[in-house]
Amino acid sequence: MATIEIDRVCKSYGAVQALNEVSLSVEPGEIYGLIGPDGAGKTTLFRILVTLLVPDRGSARIEGYDVVRDYRTIRSRIGYMPGRFSLYQDLTVAENLDFFATMFGTSVAENYENIREIYAQIEPFRDRRAGKLSGGMKQKLALCCALVHRPTVLFLDEPTTGVDAVSRKDFWNMLYRIRDAGVTMLVSTPYMDEASLCDRISLIQKGRIIETGTPAGIVAKYPHRLFGVSGMPAYPLLKYLRQCPGVLRCFSFGSEHHVAVDPARTSTEHLQATLEQAGFRQVVVREISASIEDCFMELAKEDQ
Amino acid sequence: MKAFFSFIRKEFRHIFRDKRTILIVLVMPVVQIVLFGFAVSTEVHDARVDVVGDAADPAVRRIVEQIDRNPYLHVAAVYPSVGDVAGRMRKGDTDVAVCFERGYDGRLQHDGGASVRVLGDGSDPNTAQMIVNYVNGVLQDTEAAAFPRVQYMYNPSVLSSYNFVPGVMGLILMLVCSMMTAISIVREKENGTMELLLVSPVRPVGVIISKAIPYLALSLVNLATILLLSRFVLGVPLRGSLLLLLFVSALFILASLGLGLLISVISSTQKTALLISGMGLTMPTMIFSGIIFPCESMPVVLQYFSDIIPAKWYIIMVKKVMIEGVGFAYIYPELLMLLMMTVFLLVVSVRLFKRRL
Repeated sequence: MATIEIDRVCKSYGAVQALNEVSLSVEPGEIYGLIGPDGAGKTTLFRILVTLLVPDRGSARIEGYDVVRDYRTIRSRIGYMPGRFSLYQDLTVAENLDFFATMFGTSVAENYENIREIYAQIEPFRDRRAGKLSGGMKQKLALCCALVHRPTVLFLDEPTTGVDAVSRKDFWNMLYRIRDAGVTMLVSTPYMDEASLCDRISLIQKGRIIETGTPAGIVAKYPHRLFGVSGMPAYPLLKYLRQCPGVLRCFSFGSEHHVAVDPARTSTEHLQATLEQAGFRQVVVREISASIEDCFMELAKEDQ
Repeated sequence: MKAFFSFIRKEFRHIFRDKRTILIVLVMPVVQIVLFGFAVSTEVHDARVDVVGDAADPAVRRIVEQIDRNPYLHVAAVYPSVGDVAGRMRKGDTDVAVCFERGYDGRLQHDGGASVRVLGDGSDPNTAQMIVNYVNGVLQDTEAAAFPRVQYMYNPSVLSSYNFVPGVMGLILMLVCSMMTAISIVREKENGTMELLLVSPVRPVGVIISKAIPYLALSLVNLATILLLSRFVLGVPLRGSLLLLLFVSALFILASLGLGLLISVISSTQKTALLISGMGLTMPTMIFSGIIFPCESMPVVLQYFSDIIPAKWYIIMVKKVMIEGVGFAYIYPELLMLLMMTVFLLVVSVRLFKRRL
C-alpha cells in the first residue's frame, strides 16, 4: 500500500483552478519531490493532504486514512512544515520545541534521540528567540518541531526557499537521515536543481501534474539534443538563436543559453560558425545533457 | 491536560514579552481610571461669580458670603448695574452673574419674596448648567421659601466619578477581553502558526479556551485594580455585595471573550481585528452604553440599538450594585439579558471557529 495516495484531486478558489485532476502515489520510505514554479498549486495540494483544506473533487489517503473523513487520525500521525516560517518568533528555540512537543502529547526528552542530530546544531542557541535566528537555523528549528512527535509521514512545503546554498545542502543531508529512519516525505520546491536530490518527483504546472518519475528517468525522456551556447552580447544572441534554422527552443540559463536542436538540420560547428558570422563575440557552443529544468520547460511548452 | 497548561503558559509568554500588550492590558486601565477620575471630570471648580445689586443690602451681603464659602464658587466682583455683566462675560472675567432687584432685603422681609436673576454663559452650555446649579444650591440654602430643596440620593455631592467608574470598568473589560483575544488569535493566523495548531491533535475548543484563560485572568486583575483605585483614590463607594459584583463582571468578561472570538473568526489580519474592535466595539460602547450620553435622551431607534450592547447592561448593573447597593433581586432583568447575550456569543463564535483553513 502506498503511504500517500492522491486520486484525481481538484480544488478551485473562485474562478481560479488551483488543482486539476492531480493524482500521484508516494511509496513508504521515499523522498518524493513536487517540483513546480510559484503558483503551480503545490501549497494547495499540501494543505489538502495535511487536512487543512477539503478537495472539491477526488480523494486522498495517507497511510490508508482519508484526508476528509479521518482527519483527526491523520493529524496525530503526520509532521507538517509550512512554506512560511511558522513558529513563535517571540518564544525561544527551546520554548518553541517544548510547546510543539506537548501539543502532540509528548515531550522533547522522550523523543530527543529522534531529533538529536538536527537539534544539536541549534542547541547552542536554545535561549535565543526564534525571530532572531538566521534563515537556515529557522528551517532547522521548524524541522525539529515537525519531527518532535515522531511522525511517520512528513510534509515539507518549500523547506529550502530563502536558505543559502550551504544550508540547503545541510538540510538535504538531514532529510536523507530522516528517510533512513523510515519516515516517508513529500517535499515541494521551486528549485529545479533540488529535483535530482529526491527519489521520485512529479512536475506540476498550473495545477496539473505534467510528468512523474525518477529524476534520471525524466531526464532520459528528454526528446531533443541540447546545446549550451554563450556569447556576447547575450540578449540579442538569445533573440538571434530563436530564429536560427534547426533550433526548436531556446531558454536563458544564467550565463548560458540552452538550445534544443534538431540534429538533422544543425550541429555545434555549424551553429558556432553561423553565430560568429552574425557578429557575436566570444561564442562557445557545446553539447550538454538535459537537466530537470530543461525537461520542465519542454513539458510546460507542450502543455500549453 | 499537559498540552493545555503548556498552551496557557505560551499565551502568558506572548503577553509579557510584548511591551505594547502589557501597556494596553495593565497600564491603560490605571491611566483611564485616573484620567476619568481627575482630569476628565464634568465638575467645575472655582467658578467666578459676579454679584449685581446693592452691596449694602444685608440679604445680598449674606448671600455673597455664602457664595464665597462654597468650595466650587467665589465672588469675582460686586457692582450695581446689570449693564456691565455682558461686557465682563465677553472678556471672560466671569462665569455667572447673580442679579438682585433693588431693595432686595426689604421686599424679602415685607412681601415674603423678592426676585433674583441668574445669568449663565450659554456659549458653553454644559459648564453653564453646572455652575447655575451650584449657584441655585447656594440660593436655596438662604431663601428656603423660594426654591424646592433638591437632594441627590446615593451621590449627594453629584460626583462624576460615580458615573465614570462603572463606565470605565465596562469599557476596559470589553477592550482587554475582546480586542486582545481577537488580536492574539488573528496573530496566529497571520503568522501561519494557526496552520500548525490546527494540524496538531489539539481540538479547536482547546485552542479557544487556552486563548481565553490568560485574558480572563488579566481582566480579573484589571477589575481588582479598578475597584481598589476607585474605592481608595476616587472615593467611590462599594455599597453592594462584592461577590455579586464579581459574578456580574465575570459574566460580562465571558460575553466580551465571545465577541473577541467572533471578531477573530471574521478577520484575517491583525489590522482588521483592531479596526473592527475599535470602531465596532469601543465606539458604540462609548456612545450607546450611557457612559457619556444618557440612553433615555436618544431617538427611539438608537435606544433599541443600545439594547444590544452588552456593556450597557453591565454598566447599569455595576451602578446598581456599587452605588445603590442593591442585591440580586433588583438586577435580575439586566442579568438575564447579559446571560442570554453571553451564551449566544459564545455558542456562535465557537461554532464558527474553523477546524480547517
